[in-house]
Amino acid sequence: MMNLHEYQGKSLLKSFGVAIQEGHVATDVEEAVAAFRKLQADTGTEFAVIKAQIHAGGRGKGGGVKLAKNLEEVKEHAGNILGMMLKTPQTPGGLDGPGKLVRKIIVAEDAYAPDFDACKEYYVSILTDREKKRNVVIYSTEGGIDIEAVAEQTPHLVHKEYVDPGAGLLAFQARKISFNLGLEGKAFKEMSRFIASLYKAFVSSDATLFEINPCLKTADDRIVAVDCKVSIDDNALYRHKDLAEMRDLDEEDPTEVEAKNFDLSYVKLDGNVGCMVNGAGLAMATMDIIKLSGGEPANFLDVGGTADADRVEKGFRIILKDPNVKAILINIFGGIVRCDRVANGVVQAYKNIGNIEVPIIVRLQGTNADKAKEIIDHSGLKVRSAIQLKEAADLVAEVLS
Amino acid sequence: MSVLVNKDSRIIVQGFTGNEGTFHASQMIEYGTNIVGGVTPGKGGMKHLEKPVFNTVARAVEQVGADTSIIFVPPAFATDAIMEAADAGIKVIICITEGIPVQDMIKTKAYLEGRSSVLVGPNCPGVITPEEAKVGIMPGFIHRKGHIGIVSRSGTLTYEAVDQVTKAGMGQSTCIGIGGDPIVGTTTKEAVEMLMHDDETAGIVMIGEIGGGMEAEASRWIKQNGTKPVVGFIAGQTAPKGRKMGHAGAIIGGKDDTAAAKMEIMSECGIHVVQSPADIGLTMKEALN
Repeated sequence: MMNLHEYQGKSLLKSFGVAIQEGHVATDVEEAVAAFRKLQADTGTEFAVIKAQIHAGGRGKGGGVKLAKNLEEVKEHAGNILGMMLKTPQTPGGLDGPGKLVRKIIVAEDAYAPDFDACKEYYVSILTDREKKRNVVIYSTEGGIDIEAVAEQTPHLVHKEYVDPGAGLLAFQARKISFNLGLEGKAFKEMSRFIASLYKAFVSSDATLFEINPCLKTADDRIVAVDCKVSIDDNALYRHKDLAEMRDLDEEDPTEVEAKNFDLSYVKLDGNVGCMVNGAGLAMATMDIIKLSGGEPANFLDVGGTADADRVEKGFRIILKDPNVKAILINIFGGIVRCDRVANGVVQAYKNIGNIEVPIIVRLQGTNADKAKEIIDHSGLKVRSAIQLKEAADLVAEVLS
Repeated sequence: MSVLVNKDSRIIVQGFTGNEGTFHASQMIEYGTNIVGGVTPGKGGMKHLEKPVFNTVARAVEQVGADTSIIFVPPAFATDAIMEAADAGIKVIICITEGIPVQDMIKTKAYLEGRSSVLVGPNCPGVITPEEAKVGIMPGFIHRKGHIGIVSRSGTLTYEAVDQVTKAGMGQSTCIGIGGDPIVGTTTKEAVEMLMHDDETAGIVMIGEIGGGMEAEASRWIKQNGTKPVVGFIAGQTAPKGRKMGHAGAIIGGKDDTAAAKMEIMSECGIHVVQSPADIGLTMKEALN
């Protein structure tokens, strides 16, 4: 799943005819000023909203969204927001964490002008319902606030419209959504069109999530996406080169990016025991074993089916970048790949890296497991070996105590 | 009886002549699986691994009576291969391919509705009935013929469970790898249901992971209809919310699809839940006694 920035998501929506709150991206104050002038010329907006562009929601809560009433305020807010470490409930560590560096902002039109009180905020999202195996449009009259809270406290205000995979979203369904949102006249027609275009954009871009919150009815009864959260299916990026190029590596953990370049599936966690495993399910199970043995997993790492010396070495290097790692558990179930070959790979990788300070536990099970244990035990390295999963768990507990 | 595949299954390989298809077809044949041919469009009429190659699945059904297919076709073409097999009347379609876009699977599931084919996978290790038919990429030698049915969303974690069951002195009736994607052909509940109705199966191991509601659905079904002991494990007790853990479907979306929530539901429904994946084999043995 690849997340887009708000400005990228909006450009995607706009290309499918979905009305958006207009705006321009800026990376410094000068660009923000130019953006504001262009915006005023194009839309006639008097004010502008300055919005931090990071991959996290709740930006307003941390001071990442500000209304600027004139050019001076545009400069002031742009200057403050660009380069700030923005803390929101969704950035790493939450409001008490370090926050995320803001590198870009949007200078957006004031969609609530000229009559704030005549506007109304709605909630619209599209995602795939795994159980029903179809896409669903979720919508509510309670927009602009946390939808999870709405669903918890007033579930009758959250509606769902499932879409038939063959027929797609039908016109009557878009009308039904507009009626249920209590709209009439021009706003009713606008919303029906908005929903139809939005669904088309969702399917055509292989999205896994569109969340438009707020989805605004303006004072003159237009419907516009004021904010949007867009995630795209990684597996479909091969047919969306333009979207693939929108990936912002600055928003991802640098070690995870490096692992991805090595074709390793890695997720950084906060614990003290690193692990390297073949297969995603076994990798998660290995993390659980670390916890049950008194440690905390430092990562998820699936090295895939081959687990040869080269991949094991790359895995080691990725794990060892994390200074919190106090021990490493390698857990390989050798099926088609033979354990003695993996064992030789581990020894080779260890020697190539040189001095590894932390204790290593290698559990190899499957084809030639006994031979593999022998190779590890006679390697002269500070590596403990195990065959049964239980033994490996006990060894983890032992090195941590 | 066993389920889905057995020694009489007439199996074809779609993507037969590719690297993956060739390697795993050889392994399956070596195991004694009844591979009757393969399909690679444009290569019909050839022989590969001493078996006939066909241009279309329909032709393979007509010529060699194929009733089961295993798919090793790249993600961009895999759903087309699934639907071709279904259209040709293949009864059991097993798709190994990893990386199929979700929107493609939605259409494929809709296409399969109302047809008689059963799809297992995608993104799965396949199905094995030990000593009869290995229709997948799992290592054959860890399996023994026996009475434990295994259902799992994962590959190597399934092998781990199989190995423990074998080492604890039991064997397997049929092991079904249902796959790690958000949308799969056969759900946990459907696989459990097949094994519950199978005479040869005495106990069931159900291995799930974070993400989705399949395990909860299966658990509720077991509570109502279960007649055999079920041992359960959910991988990802330590996984953070909102991060995809390798499998496309392994992502915690809300409070209901965490490992803890699923394990609680499973326990409430009478499943023997193990906290550690190292305890699957012995717990099954105890549950049977």
